[in-house]
Amino acid sequence: MQLFLQRLFDGLTLGAIYAVVAVALVLIFKATTLINFAQGELAMFGAFIAYVLAVEQGLPILIAIALAMVISSVMGAVIERVLVRPFDPTDHLPVVLITLGVFLILNAVAGEIWNYQPRAFPSLFPKGPDDYVSIGGARLFYDGLGTWAMLALMMGALYVILNWTKTGLAFRAVSSNTESARLVGIRTGRTLMFGWALACAFGTLGASLVAPRLFLQPNMMATLLIFSFAAAALGGLDSLPGAVLGGIGIGLIQSLLVGYLGDWGPLEFLRNLSLAVAFVVILIVLSFKPSGLFGTSRVERV
Amino acid sequence: MSTSTGREIILKVEGLSANYGQITALRSISFEVAKGEVAVVLGANGAGKTTTLRAVCNMPVVSSTGKVTLGGEDVSKKDTADIVGRGVAHVPQGRGTFPELSVMDNLEVGAYVRKGSFSEDIDKYFEMFPRLAERRDQLAGSLSGGEQQMLAVARALMSRPEVLLLDEPSLGLAPLIIQDLFKTFGELNKTEGVTMLIVEQNANLALGIADHGYVLEAGEIVLQGRAEDLQNDSSIQDAYLGA
Ligand SMILES: Nc1ncnc2c1ncn2[C@@H]1O[C@H](COP(=O)(O)OP(=O)(O)O)[C@@H](O)[C@H]1O
Ligand SMILES: [Mg+2]
Repeated sequence: MQLFLQRLFDGLTLGAIYAVVAVALVLIFKATTLINFAQGELAMFGAFIAYVLAVEQGLPILIAIALAMVISSVMGAVIERVLVRPFDPTDHLPVVLITLGVFLILNAVAGEIWNYQPRAFPSLFPKGPDDYVSIGGARLFYDGLGTWAMLALMMGALYVILNWTKTGLAFRAVSSNTESARLVGIRTGRTLMFGWALACAFGTLGASLVAPRLFLQPNMMATLLIFSFAAAALGGLDSLPGAVLGGIGIGLIQSLLVGYLGDWGPLEFLRNLSLAVAFVVILIVLSFKPSGLFGTSRVERV
Repeated sequence: MSTSTGREIILKVEGLSANYGQITALRSISFEVAKGEVAVVLGANGAGKTTTLRAVCNMPVVSSTGKVTLGGEDVSKKDTADIVGRGVAHVPQGRGTFPELSVMDNLEVGAYVRKGSFSEDIDKYFEMFPRLAERRDQLAGSLSGGEQQMLAVARALMSRPEVLLLDEPSLGLAPLIIQDLFKTFGELNKTEGVTMLIVEQNANLALGIADHGYVLEAGEIVLQGRAEDLQNDSSIQDAYLGA
């Protein structure tokens, strides 16, 4: 029981981090039906900005992360305006190449500015060895609880923005039918820019939540992005609740399924292959439900 | 033909040509729509009806040249959002609802260009289309074709347009539903004074509620006149009214 709870808590915490980044991916996918390959590097860059503000400038970490979210949303908006908008949105190839280009450039620039030495990133939540509550003998660290709370807060904020504001309504309209959105007078370019800004802010939050565990360095997002992409695909790519549940699902697969399988001697090697196990599960799900657990069925390209 | 004085021209199109890359779809067409009237553009499949409405709104899929004047202002160089903001509501072919949005949200987004409260408009259209009221929280994608068309029209009217453009509203609907729909269009025009430009293949029904008609063939206007004259014209009787 204690082991089960421990693995459950760990899985939920990991899953919450995947979910935050998966939500960022889904926001851009909903707006453009494109995977933003630069999402991870944009998030890493945002986390470095938070690091500079917190460690070098001495701001409280919460404020540093909030400011970094604002700065990266401006970066996202600029990228949309300058690099994405000039291209025909129905032709995917140029935009995919651009997001790959942004990925490479940001990675190189971050390496140039901050080099590849891993750095300790200050945690938002107390992270000492004693900062936990004990439940059934398992340790639920404040850091885990805080991560869940951030995910809940972020989803609440997204819900309010998308459902209670005019810009949110416009974003949902553009995602649903771009041509009709134009015909009701929505400036679709600006609306997509808003989607990019929002996605970059949330990506930065995700990277700042994971940085204290992984250490901060320019390549930190590579694996996280793959897990988060898997989470988004599991949830259906165009569903925000799907991304959250997909993220948590992947976290639980990694921690519970791989954990228990790996307890058995002959399968111990699976511990190092949790990504592969996650993908097998996703393939099984997608072969029964090609549009993911919560996706709209029209999304079958990619 | 009446070009009686006192008619206030809302939408005036002069020498409008349009093309999709190499394909020319419209060759210098001209027409006008007067305030409070219904104008129809009739034509067979591929004649250029959809392109005409797209070019009026300067939609990015088509490139056009010529002059489009809206309430006296030249809007040929304006982008679609600007033109919509100046009072054109366009129900595209295939209705163009937002399938993943609720009926209510579809109506709200129809009022996007307006400022201030629009709840009385929503009440009005729920009263006019009770089936929409019953389904207000349902996703638009789950509605029947006829209901979607009602929703598309109500959504367009939410912007309180100067002129309503309708692209083949009869397409894919059962005959009885089409009759009802055109009756509604006629009433909207008579009682609310909604100005409309309808493009249709169903000439009989469309001319029945229209004041003025144009016949489009291969991107050119080949015939125009008062709706009742066109209805009695033997050449259109044969070609379009399927008599
Ligand atoms: N998106 C498009 N790309 C290329 N050609 C088009 C497109 N839409 C329409 N056309 C062509 O333009 C001409 C007029 O089409 P359209 O305006 O759709 O006619 P209608 O609405 O009267 O059926 C046709 O020859 C059609 O093939
Ligand atoms: Mg057409």
